[in-house]
Amino acid sequence: MQFNTSAGPFLHHDNSVSKVMRQVLYALIPGIITYVYFFGWGIVVNIVIASITALICEATMLWLRKRPIKPFLTDGSALVTAWLLSSALPPFLPWWMTVLATGFAIIFAKHLYGGLGYNPFNPTVAAYAMLLISFPVEMTQWPALASLSGHYPDLMQSINIIFIGQPIGFTLDAITSATPLDTMKTALTQFKTVGEIMNDPLFGNFVAAGWEWIGLSFLLGGCWLIYQKVTTWHIPIAVLSGVFLISSLFFLFDSDIYPSPLFHIISGGTIIGAFFIATDPITAATSNRGRIIYGISIGLLIYIIRTWGGYPDGVAFAVLLMNMAVPLIDYYTKPRVFGH
Amino acid sequence: MIQLWPFHGGIEPKSYKTLSNQVAIKKAGIPQFLTLPLLQHIGEPTKPVVNIADKVLKGQIIAHCENEDCSLSLSAPIHASSSGTIVAIESHAVPHPSGLNAPCIVIATDGNDEWIERFPLPNYTDIEPDIVRNYIAQAGIVGLGGAGFPSHVKLVHNNIDTLIINGAECEPYITCDDRIMQEHPADVIVGAQILLHVLGGAKNCIIAVENNKPQAYKTLSNLAQGNIAVVQVPTLYPMGGERQLIYTLTGKEVGRGKLPASIGIVVHNVETTRAIYRAIYQGRPLISRAVTVTGTGLETPQNFEILLGTPMEFILKQCNPKSNLKRLIMGGPMMGFSLPNNKMPIVKTTNCLILSDKEEVKPLQMPCIRCGACAQACPINLLPQQLYWYAKAKDLKKIQEYHLFDCIDCGCCAYVCPSHIPLISYYRYAKAEIRANEQESKKSESAKHRHEFRTFRLERIKAEKKARLQKLKSKSNASKESAIKAALERVKAKKQAIIIQHLIDNSSDSHLQ
Repeated sequence: MQFNTSAGPFLHHDNSVSKVMRQVLYALIPGIITYVYFFGWGIVVNIVIASITALICEATMLWLRKRPIKPFLTDGSALVTAWLLSSALPPFLPWWMTVLATGFAIIFAKHLYGGLGYNPFNPTVAAYAMLLISFPVEMTQWPALASLSGHYPDLMQSINIIFIGQPIGFTLDAITSATPLDTMKTALTQFKTVGEIMNDPLFGNFVAAGWEWIGLSFLLGGCWLIYQKVTTWHIPIAVLSGVFLISSLFFLFDSDIYPSPLFHIISGGTIIGAFFIATDPITAATSNRGRIIYGISIGLLIYIIRTWGGYPDGVAFAVLLMNMAVPLIDYYTKPRVFGH
Repeated sequence: MIQLWPFHGGIEPKSYKTLSNQVAIKKAGIPQFLTLPLLQHIGEPTKPVVNIADKVLKGQIIAHCENEDCSLSLSAPIHASSSGTIVAIESHAVPHPSGLNAPCIVIATDGNDEWIERFPLPNYTDIEPDIVRNYIAQAGIVGLGGAGFPSHVKLVHNNIDTLIINGAECEPYITCDDRIMQEHPADVIVGAQILLHVLGGAKNCIIAVENNKPQAYKTLSNLAQGNIAVVQVPTLYPMGGERQLIYTLTGKEVGRGKLPASIGIVVHNVETTRAIYRAIYQGRPLISRAVTVTGTGLETPQNFEILLGTPMEFILKQCNPKSNLKRLIMGGPMMGFSLPNNKMPIVKTTNCLILSDKEEVKPLQMPCIRCGACAQACPINLLPQQLYWYAKAKDLKKIQEYHLFDCIDCGCCAYVCPSHIPLISYYRYAKAEIRANEQESKKSESAKHRHEFRTFRLERIKAEKKARLQKLKSKSNASKESAIKAALERVKAKKQAIIIQHLIDNSSDSHLQ
């Protein structure tokens, strides 16, 4: 009797790239729901726009590059980019900016470098940084919390703002505001103390109204990813430690001009950055020691850019800078081989 | 309770062991023909000492090591597994990953299963360890865990203080060691005592059993006494790897290029230990072994005691194979290899046969996403994703800097890879390529030497010839010159004589005048 022969091993874990990507999408859901609760349906509209754009760009690029379309289109990596980008963009961003950013992420940051697995820079972050540099005003315009503006942007209202640019029955200014991070940065330049600034209702009772719950929801999803072994704890914990260490140091030095470590961890993109963006395996360091160095450096850079740089948030630039350092980190953090 | 040291990485695949570990080991019977390859172990092949048409008895040596004294060579003799007639000594398909044929001795059995005269050594404690070791070498015993390293080579007594009996059996599906420990615990323990004696009185013996075999652990613990300890180790593949097991039990790392003996440790497999017991107490050489015959393609998977050389077909038939079979694997599903047909013989390294009726679904290979799951799983702490990268780029220098040759082929990386990259195949390719290159450069090196020597030799001959010619020439020149000179001289002398004569004549004339 004849049999088929092939090379071992003949057992395989039921893991796959598409499963990993699916799990990342699931993990984003709690954060997105909380986002909708506080800032309205804009994020959902953005997710739809970005997903459609991402899939079209992905399919086109695969076709142009003569790669099999179905397996790569269904691997979920384009959707992860789309969802992550939408979670980081302002919910009222004009639709064409979302399309532009998603297209940039998939075409330039991903496929022109060789597609899945070959991109040195995180596509989400590259696209986000591109928008931030090109459209700084739109990129800092966030919906005002319903509790503060008295208006909750529902699905129709969000669609109106995103596609037409004008809300119905309001001026755009009436229902948008700056983010806590932005407000803090601007106010500090006007020589107010952190204590005075934090009296603004924008900061709520804790450190940033609404943002604290969104941050905690993304944290929940991130912890689930670690529990599911989709990612290891090294990078998220290192990023948070980096932010915590340097912000504590300056906070203890002078709490009037340096906000608390909790403020830095909860507000802005720190948590989503630590658990979902810095952990992108393709662009991160691979050894555990390397991951800790990579994470801590991102944490430090986030704080440095926020405090002394020109932008209110520093997650995107911190990640991009450390993406560049990955080959170097990997080279110098090779683990000790058994018996050597 | 001894302290255990968890090694890095490892995987916990589904075990599939209950398929075959529920019933006792069965004797498989005598097939019509036995096909015994001359090489069934790691090392040098044996050479036949019988001729076609010779009658042989069960246990008779039919192929001997090249060296007169087997204990001195990395080889083990082959014995007739049953009585009968030698019908062929020829090339035959053998179960080897290369898929190449190899020389075999074929015996047509007579069904009498008649033994040759046996000389057991039950009083081995009174005999010099070296002589017992020699006896074990003559019995053809090799490592039965799957590697097939001649056992006597690992029984040299130079400061060995710990003997480890490997009953981890970490590969999924395989249960023959489990059954042996349950059914023949006394054989294993007495075998261990023999080994302790041969090793010149090693102080400790640890029998290590994975904790997914509680029955085997219990049975052995009840019998173990004195300096023999039975220890449960975690169920974690590749726990049964020699160096992983040593680390787990002692915390000592034995790297590549070092032997466990260098730190005073020797490891032998459970079934090997039993084979040694049977050789010493029953005078029975290695003519059969326990094999797990299992897989979804069989109605009644189970363990068999099978005569070496039995065709696989003969065994598989006894397990009620289903129709529409797809794949046959020898060894475990992690490190075993697939066979093209079921006509091949059972050899000393066949610990398991897995027959599957399921088509293997090879999922599409995706690009590496650098997730590092492979590095987390690697028991050697390598960076498999970097090795893959360099193998793909054919950067054979860089891949060695990342310690390719420390890789033990365990397959953990390929098992966990979410992109389904056949990592082990890439490493095998790179290893083969490097070895081929080394051979090539050795060959060209020696060719260069030969060429240089030839040039040197030709030059020398030429030089010698020239020198000789020169010598001859100068000699002949010299003689010519001297002849001319002599002639000239003679002429001159003659002339002078004439002149003198003339002068004399003239003077006499003048005198006379």
